[in-house]
Amino acid sequence: MIGAWIDGIGLFAPGLVGWEQARAVLAGAQPYVPAPAPKLAPQLLAADVRRRTTDHIRLAVEVGAEAIRHAGVEAAPLWSVFSSSDGDGAISHNICEEVARETPEVSPTRFHNSVNNAPAGYWCMAVGSRAPSTSIAAFDASFAAGLIEACTQVLAEQAGVLYVIHDTPMPEPLNSARPMTGIFGAAFVLASQRSARSLARVTLAIEPRVETMSRLPDAALDGMRTGNAAARALPLLAALARGAAAVLTFPYVHSQALRVTLEPA
Amino acid sequence: MTPLVLSGYTATNALGRGNAAVHAALAGARSGLAPCTFENVKLETHVGEVAGVDDQPVIERLAEFECRNNRLAQLALEQDGFTEIVAAARRRYGGARIAVILGTSTSGILETEHAYRARDPQTGRLPASFRFATTQNLYATTDFVRRYLDLSGPAMMVSTACSSSAKVFASAWRLIETGLADAAVVGGVDSLCQNTLYGFASLDLVGREPCRPCDAERGGISIGEAAGFALLERSERAAGHSGIALFGYGESSDAYHMSTPHPEGEGAALAMQRALASAGLEPAAIDYINMHGTASQVNDSMEDKAIRAVFGTATPCSSTKGWTGHALGAAGITEAVISALCITHGLMPGCLNTRHLDPSFTSHVLLTNRHAPVRRVLSNSFGFGGSNASIILGAFE
Repeated sequence: MIGAWIDGIGLFAPGLVGWEQARAVLAGAQPYVPAPAPKLAPQLLAADVRRRTTDHIRLAVEVGAEAIRHAGVEAAPLWSVFSSSDGDGAISHNICEEVARETPEVSPTRFHNSVNNAPAGYWCMAVGSRAPSTSIAAFDASFAAGLIEACTQVLAEQAGVLYVIHDTPMPEPLNSARPMTGIFGAAFVLASQRSARSLARVTLAIEPRVETMSRLPDAALDGMRTGNAAARALPLLAALARGAAAVLTFPYVHSQALRVTLEPA
Repeated sequence: MTPLVLSGYTATNALGRGNAAVHAALAGARSGLAPCTFENVKLETHVGEVAGVDDQPVIERLAEFECRNNRLAQLALEQDGFTEIVAAARRRYGGARIAVILGTSTSGILETEHAYRARDPQTGRLPASFRFATTQNLYATTDFVRRYLDLSGPAMMVSTACSSSAKVFASAWRLIETGLADAAVVGGVDSLCQNTLYGFASLDLVGREPCRPCDAERGGISIGEAAGFALLERSERAAGHSGIALFGYGESSDAYHMSTPHPEGEGAALAMQRALASAGLEPAAIDYINMHGTASQVNDSMEDKAIRAVFGTATPCSSTKGWTGHALGAAGITEAVISALCITHGLMPGCLNTRHLDPSFTSHVLLTNRHAPVRRVLSNSFGFGGSNASIILGAFE
């Protein structure tokens, strides 16, 4: 069975700022209070580098750094998988606006940030990692697809992997064409072997889609889950917060679902 | 690693539709590059445009996916009997056991560019006909290809700039190795758009002339468009195959700069070393290296150093971008198919358009075509963000 040990977690979303704070909310010990997400300023990026990035990039670095701190591991040796449904909508919007002009003048910094692996590039530079890094997309199945890619790396390459899932709403007029509500980013440090750091083990199975996907009991949190492709990760985070065994179902591609069996360490 | 056979493969690019057209242009030293006449683009440059992409709409049942990127994907799927080879595999394994893992850099963003030119002047809204999920979204072309081929196995789009459709071989191998799929359609599709034409121009990376990889006076890249596909499966389970297999892959990150590769090629060398290690091969076992060779100053220079560091100065190498242009997210699969054609036909292409080899280079860069047996090829693909991938294809009995 394909799976991995989860050694560390990072989370950043409106009203869920950091795993420590969010854990109590997701476990049901504290109520969820919707609040705008604070400004993203990941300390891992030097100030001059941070200025050249976008929220989409900063979000990935923020949650990645938290997961590494939580796991207490060195970041550089880890492989990395970055998954996002829509990529960096702020950049797409800006460049599409520019090339619609009579004489387009695309900003070189924006253009090199426009590649879908820009968050991965900034991450690898920030932590000095020359390990393999992949950036993927699968629309509303992006969380499941990224988790599968990360776990195949853990199993087939015997690699420690940082898995980051993140999506930021695109500016208008794109957000009307692909609506997303609020930013959402989460990260997991995955390992092939159990260690003192291990929080839980996940085991994956692809199966024909069942009628109902895993949900959250709180209506506002479940709205977050359905309002942002990356937030499809929330049921896994909630189960990790509860610290109890769980069998979860996530939307996957076409007629398939991803079943995740979670067992606390 | 356990090799995977290519049961079928195909490429469509500026050289033509399908493998025979691509091989004929390579053998005949005919470039597919021409002065840029794409839309209203005001850049003095050459591009590798695929002729007739807009002549044939996507099939009726997938009409919601209509856009240049998916038309190009469909055009490529129709060549070399590829769709039939996949259909035979589907009957054997079932559609849910065949993965579709493709690469792209810009997907169907050209559609969004058109929509932005047609925004409502009052409200700024995009036209009601604009469809995001099936065009611009990065997964759109994977979804289109999956539906076109009637497959429902694991699927995703790898989007790591110009290494995308080389890295798909690694992801597909892992899916098959871990038992999540029995076979995988891998490939890549990238089509011309103003985002990339003006974007690369903003970085002064676009050349005026047809690109001249490894030339002392190389003046930058020629952007191309392309689509290509391969079906990968385990040899003992394949009903038949092309005589070509994937023997190894290596991935690495530069951790250096967003749009400039490490000047000494350290990340590139690491990808090549990891590919050799995964294949269990010594450098001397590689007969020919298909370079990333974009004809940008820094890429070709660092790649020469990286090849020398890993292979020494004897292994013949060249870039085929003087033929096809740089197909960005489809470069990996384009050059994987070219590598397969080199093995099949015993051809080592030179660097087309290149007149004087950069005198600082010390690797064995070919300037003209050479006819000689080729058993194993290493193909390089390097992208912005410092994303590197090398794959090894070889003859398989």
